[in-house]
Amino acid sequence: MTAKFEQKPVIKVGLGTCGIAAGAKEIEKILRKKIEENSVEIDVTPTGCIGMCHREPMIEYRDKDGQVFFYGDLNPKKMEIIFDRHLLKGQPMTKLSMDLENKEEASGAFLEKQTRICLRNCGVINPESIDEYIEKGGYEGLKKALKKGEDWIVDEVEKSGLRGRGGAGFPTALKWKFTRREEAEKKYLICNADEGDPGAFMDRSVLESDPHNLLEGMVIAAYAIGSNDGYIYCRAEYPLAIKRLRIAIEQAVEHNFLGDNICGTDFSFQLKIKEGAGAFVCGEETALMASIEGKRGMPRPRPPYPAQSGLWGYPTNINNVETLSNIAWIMVNGGEKFAAVGTEKSKGTKVFALAGKIKRGGLAEVPMGITIKEIVEDVAGGSSSRYPIKAVQIGGPSGGCIPVELFDTIIDYDEINKTGAIMGSGGLVVMDASACMVDVARFFLSFTKDESCGKCTFCRIGTTRMLEILEKICDGKGTEKSLEELEFLAHKVQNTSLCGLGQTAPNPVLTTLKYFKEEYEAHIKQKKCPAGSCKALITFKIIKDNCTGCNSCKINCPTSAISGIAKKAGSFSIDQEKCIKCGICKDVCRFDAVITE
Amino acid sequence: MDMQKVDAIIEKYNKDETALLAVLQDIQAEKNYLPREAMERVAEIMEVPFSRVSSLATFFSSFSLEPRGEHIVTICMGTACHVRGAPLVLKEVERELGIANGETTSDLKFTIETVNCVGACALGPLVIIDENYHGNISTSEVEEMLEQYQNPSKQEG
Ligand SMILES: Cc1cc2nc3c(=O)[nH]c(=O)nc-3n(C[C@H](O)[C@H](O)[C@H](O)COP(=O)(O)O)c2cc1C
Ligand code: FES
Repeated sequence: MTAKFEQKPVIKVGLGTCGIAAGAKEIEKILRKKIEENSVEIDVTPTGCIGMCHREPMIEYRDKDGQVFFYGDLNPKKMEIIFDRHLLKGQPMTKLSMDLENKEEASGAFLEKQTRICLRNCGVINPESIDEYIEKGGYEGLKKALKKGEDWIVDEVEKSGLRGRGGAGFPTALKWKFTRREEAEKKYLICNADEGDPGAFMDRSVLESDPHNLLEGMVIAAYAIGSNDGYIYCRAEYPLAIKRLRIAIEQAVEHNFLGDNICGTDFSFQLKIKEGAGAFVCGEETALMASIEGKRGMPRPRPPYPAQSGLWGYPTNINNVETLSNIAWIMVNGGEKFAAVGTEKSKGTKVFALAGKIKRGGLAEVPMGITIKEIVEDVAGGSSSRYPIKAVQIGGPSGGCIPVELFDTIIDYDEINKTGAIMGSGGLVVMDASACMVDVARFFLSFTKDESCGKCTFCRIGTTRMLEILEKICDGKGTEKSLEELEFLAHKVQNTSLCGLGQTAPNPVLTTLKYFKEEYEAHIKQKKCPAGSCKALITFKIIKDNCTGCNSCKINCPTSAISGIAKKAGSFSIDQEKCIKCGICKDVCRFDAVITE
Repeated sequence: MDMQKVDAIIEKYNKDETALLAVLQDIQAEKNYLPREAMERVAEIMEVPFSRVSSLATFFSSFSLEPRGEHIVTICMGTACHVRGAPLVLKEVERELGIANGETTSDLKFTIETVNCVGACALGPLVIIDENYHGNISTSEVEEMLEQYQNPSKQEG
């Protein structure tokens, strides 16, 4: 029997989408098998994402004395060794474990500059257990809010300075006031969990890792504006998020935090989930409501704003996942404490999804006012490749590329706007010198062209024409006039589109034109892609001095375009006639001998 | 397709017109695509014009109007995956399977689809086959990855 002060050891396995993609399920299976085989008493519980997607699969082990160890970058073999040595024999493997407190260490540095409000429970609690959420002070914000009343709630949110995290940064308290003052028999509250930015996963992580935090925020918001019916509109690409939301809703109803007569008051709030079906434009609020009503998700002109006439004509308040996930914390800690973090006009924290060519990709919640440089270098650890960082793309298809020279720009709605990009919802994709900025612009435009709902002519046809021009440039067929045409169309699309999709679609093109014009010109005048990425303009070559004769390019080439004698260094070459530029040779070469020109 | 299943799905939503999207999603989950007869049936029972059903089915990219393969190979083409080489991975999958994006192999074994970000960006490029996520896939690993599904005997977890 264990002594009194000893507790049953627990292993938490990071089972968010990124953990699962990295193989966390396999790790969980091994753990359970090993525990059974050895008949040891260890609990295995799932947890969400702590944000270190780059170290997944990850586990957290709390031993019988309450000491906590983190292990990352696991694979089945490593897991078995750690199990045998540490979990069975009690010998911590200090070389493999991660010290989150140590700022000198990668994982410590990742966390050091963060301030966790919205993500405070992510990767800490079991998202499928309401008890763990309550243990962390969950639903205390709701209880306090119900006691203090609607005016107090709106006041606190106003004091906090919270602005919408869905992209536009509209003051949340003001938005609530609009819906609140409407007289209607019914009002709706909608949570926008469509997260359409292709390269962003903040909302997914919150939904998967701490769904009760969102629910609590929603109930408080609903109470403040006087709504009894709500929807969470979640994209179908997030099956795990939807599953966990369903569980959370069920539990919240059971505990009387949701449903009829919440916490014994006469306030009731019913919440439903609506699944999206793969349309970016449905993230736009009027299109989103059309889609909930069972129609094609096409935006309509505003006014009337949703606050006056929203879902089925009733006053409706729409907020983003992250916006609502800050509410419970603000209720408990007060608006002033939230406002103490950040800059003058941008308060609190912002969650960023860090991806691209960086060492530490994942989710980071940073205080507003931090510089882009600090995020890229200190949190994300800088370039993951042998190339230096060139730019960040921020704000997704509506945003833009900020070049490394402007990395001192701070995270602040207005400061970022000045660069031509936007804060957006929090996607931050870091690019190194191997990324071609013309190709990046082409990528986003092909996205917006595909996702345009087709209602506005310029958005539908203008983006198509712009894409054609960019494709021509990437193919080396651009002319002197191409850039002029591109800019002309960009302004037209901006000015003649009904919704934010078209209005902002040209941003990626305009910012790359502004900061990387020489790359465009190299494609047009010298017919060269300086980044070595546009296929039509590059050739693959083997550098004789670097080649060791390992033969792996030759074995892997799908078209037998490579000839050479095994073990004979420098004897390899590529037959350009046969080469389909698939890039496999460059990928498998461990000696940097394959280059693009 | 057997219409009883369609009827049961519609019944589940109480013929609620606003649930049209959910009804179509459920039918697709059942059949892997939206057969025309099923869409006609939906229009008939839910008493909406066929054009309404069809307008939804053609607007949202997750619907397919044609039968899809046994395995759906979904390649993430989101920003993060793009800068980490997703276009090359897509080309390689297309070459391996001998079909283009959006097509299905003649033996109805594989369909290639693309998606814009599944939210696991830090592990890109990402390929999802059925419900399995394959992270950090490089072009040279494509062949081996697909093999697991070509020969079910080799498939393991
Ligand atoms: C094309 C387009 C796509 C959008 N996608 C999203 C989205 O995925 N998630 C989101 O929260 N807001 C999105 N928005 C913004 C919403 O329209 C809306 O402003 C937001 O949900 C309001 O919430 P907030 O005030 O809490 O930010 C999008 C807007 C446009 C124009
Ligand atoms: S870009 Fe591929 S998962 Fe996000």
